[in-house]
Amino acid sequence: MTEPVTLTDVREVAAGVCVIDISGDVTAASEQVLVSAYTNATQRGATAIVLSFTGLEYMNSGGIGLLVMLLVRAQRKHQQVLAFGLSEHYRQIFELTRLDEAVGIHDSEAAALAFAGVAG
Amino acid sequence: MTDQSPPRRDAASWAKSVAQLRVDDVPEGATNINVAGRRLTSPIQGFGKMWQKTYTVRLPASRVSPEELIATWKQRFPEFWPAGNRFYGPLTGIAPGDVALLSMTLPGRMKLSTGVMVLYADERSFTLMTPQGHMFAGWITFSAEPAGDETLVQAQVLMRASDPIYEVGLTLGGHRQEDVFWNRTLTKLAAHFEHEGVVETTVVCVDRRRQWSRWRNVWQSAAIRTTVYTVTSPARRLRRGRGTDG
Repeated sequence: MTEPVTLTDVREVAAGVCVIDISGDVTAASEQVLVSAYTNATQRGATAIVLSFTGLEYMNSGGIGLLVMLLVRAQRKHQQVLAFGLSEHYRQIFELTRLDEAVGIHDSEAAALAFAGVAG
Repeated sequence: MTDQSPPRRDAASWAKSVAQLRVDDVPEGATNINVAGRRLTSPIQGFGKMWQKTYTVRLPASRVSPEELIATWKQRFPEFWPAGNRFYGPLTGIAPGDVALLSMTLPGRMKLSTGVMVLYADERSFTLMTPQGHMFAGWITFSAEPAGDETLVQAQVLMRASDPIYEVGLTLGGHRQEDVFWNRTLTKLAAHFEHEGVVETTVVCVDRRRQWSRWRNVWQSAAIRTTVYTVTSPARRLRRGRGTDG
């Protein structure tokens, strides 16, 4: 069995707002990649972190656990966490695990950025 | 909006979204006073400090593969629990969406009736999530992975105490008891595969802050409700007896 692959890309879309594009698999093995992307965004002065799940192909419960840990880190630094690009399946998982109560979920990048105060 | 995308390869592994838990059958000896109608709770909804506790045991890969181990663990999950605690799950094993009732012994020999839902299950892992009123808000992931010539077996808890009373209880011996619980479980599991396992415990405090906005969770406390239920059970029996006589 091949190891799961998680790819991330950090984009600074406005002052204080970074988008982290997440693609591939999100599992417990993704910790280093996700933390590195989060650290990168934080070092760029992000007060709002927008997670893009458009390229998400697979996520298990270890992956959801990692997202909770990421959220705690962000809350500690008073950063807002938003998300977009979740398929109906992953939206339901966010609801089931009640992650949707702490992460603002939006239909599109434009909607998430508008919520973060970035003018279109 | 209709989702036109093809089914995800993890689709069958996740439970379907539920607003409240349902319990269809209550096995003999189990008590369903703290599960049906309750919502699931992640660490986000908990009160206390957030902890990640990992219990690990290594077995020779020649003895059991990760897939075989997880299949056995799912099928015979209650058998590996330490004495004094009962897991009333479906007889068919562990599957996503299953709800199991639990009878636990807390410090001071206090009894707790609660439950869990199977949040996720695949060939190498499964996760149980707790409902409102459970001693902690969060989940436990049981997994097995290949690691060289060994099979690495883990139980990993991501949790916050659900309310201030549980937080005190966990601080005053509850965490220690939980460590002992999962150490014994993994030791029993390893023994099933005829291996004398040494369990390693790693505890990380993920968030030292307590979520004071969640103190009201105490109204859902399964410990308080179980105690009230136990104390008032003679009166209930008496009332039922009178009803039969009349």
